[in-house]
Amino acid sequence: MSAAPSATDPLTVVTGLGATTPLGGDVETTWQAVLAGQPGVHALSNTWPEDYGIVTNFAATLKVPAHSVLTGPELRRADPSAQYALIAARQAWADAGAPDVAPERLAVVIASGIGGLHTMLTAWDTVRDRGARKLLPLTVPMLMPNSPAATVAIDLAARGGAHAPVSACASGAEALVLASRLIQQDLADVVVAGGTEAAIHPLTLGAFGRMRALSTRSDSPETASRPYCVTRDGFVMGEGAGALVVESAAHAHARGARVHARLAGVGSTSDAYDVAPPDPTGQGQIRAMRSALRQAGPAVARAVAHVNAHATATPAGDTIEARAIVEALTEALGSRQRAEAVKVSGTKSMTGHLLGAAGAVESIFAILALRDRLAPPTINIQELDPEVTCHVVRDQPEPLPATGPLAVMNNAFGFGGHNMALVFATA
Amino acid sequence: MALDKDNILQQLAEIIAEETGIRPEDITPTKSFADDLDIDSLSIMTIFTLAEDAFGVEIPDDAVKDLATVQDAVDLIANA
Repeated sequence: MSAAPSATDPLTVVTGLGATTPLGGDVETTWQAVLAGQPGVHALSNTWPEDYGIVTNFAATLKVPAHSVLTGPELRRADPSAQYALIAARQAWADAGAPDVAPERLAVVIASGIGGLHTMLTAWDTVRDRGARKLLPLTVPMLMPNSPAATVAIDLAARGGAHAPVSACASGAEALVLASRLIQQDLADVVVAGGTEAAIHPLTLGAFGRMRALSTRSDSPETASRPYCVTRDGFVMGEGAGALVVESAAHAHARGARVHARLAGVGSTSDAYDVAPPDPTGQGQIRAMRSALRQAGPAVARAVAHVNAHATATPAGDTIEARAIVEALTEALGSRQRAEAVKVSGTKSMTGHLLGAAGAVESIFAILALRDRLAPPTINIQELDPEVTCHVVRDQPEPLPATGPLAVMNNAFGFGGHNMALVFATA
Repeated sequence: MALDKDNILQQLAEIIAEETGIRPEDITPTKSFADDLDIDSLSIMTIFTLAEDAFGVEIPDDAVKDLATVQDAVDLIANA
């Protein structure tokens, strides 16, 4: 056991980062691409439009395919969603210095929005075309949504619990909410937490398309993901995974770990409004942000200078969130003017929407913004939506305060009305 | 089915290697799946599902359950 944390507020810190994304096979490559404003979205080469009537035939696929990272047996025994999680978790673990922790005090929280879609659909093809006897015996363990969490727990020999929160596009952020609580409640010393998604498939492109949630800008895939732009027409699907090593400050300190940031506050609310669109008043989002800021405390809340927004580029979603950010921060920062000066970035303009991985990958971006004191750009805004009153970082990174305490926030919201907010602060 | 047993062994070893990561040269006739190769029952089922397609045979699940060694597997496929 580590030194007992204080009963009221054990500090939670982030000591490891890992990711595989449409912009790079690791955290640093991805982050440099984000700062450079590189688009990760491209046209898909397939016959889905002719075969299935797919309208949106573009997406942000992994920059470094899993098969060039994992071994044959690892690939064969895991759905792509679990493969990506494994890649990100191993990176985060190595980045944290492979912490020496009792297995019973090491937990895993790895979320996915959709789960083992490719395994499920391939298995259905097998049953339908060749009969049940041809199904591979590992079909169920590979398709179940807790498979990424279990795969990572087995790989790291984590015996302190393996959890798989599912909250659509908020899943990756919810993993961090739960990780924070596991540390706060002294149920673990170290938690490997994150999100993963591998769901680019004609079924999802077709179904999100039928919701009118996807951009249909086929003539220009690279500029299709355009949060806050007046001409935005929906999100662009992405895939990948992000993982963070979340640790009690006492444990991190005792082993001399490098600390990337404090996970200072988490907020989780539900709209109870609709299973698809968010509550147009943004009250659920505001409550999530307030809750995270309140837990972080007034000193940290006053230091918030950057928000990595959910900003998926849906027409309704971006403006609801922009208003909610200003309202939540007005209270924290003491004036609307200050709230409107906080630098807000929509990095999905480059990565596409990583669904269940988004909250984890974008929390990593928020932490790196804190480290580099640099807010990443939002690309593809041809004309800023006049209804967006928050300060949107466009095209080029913008500096954050060069010295002193600094805090950043990440938002992630999911179908079903799940709202997560995370506040990270300088350690 | 006129596959000779050497041929079967070689192809089967490739399937096992791909599934488990064990080197093909370590997959020799006298090796026990459970004790020497540490292959669990679900993986054996997977290997035989793939082997059925590769060799164009059908092997009853009950027969697979009783397999001990790599040679048993080769014989089973040869006689299927």
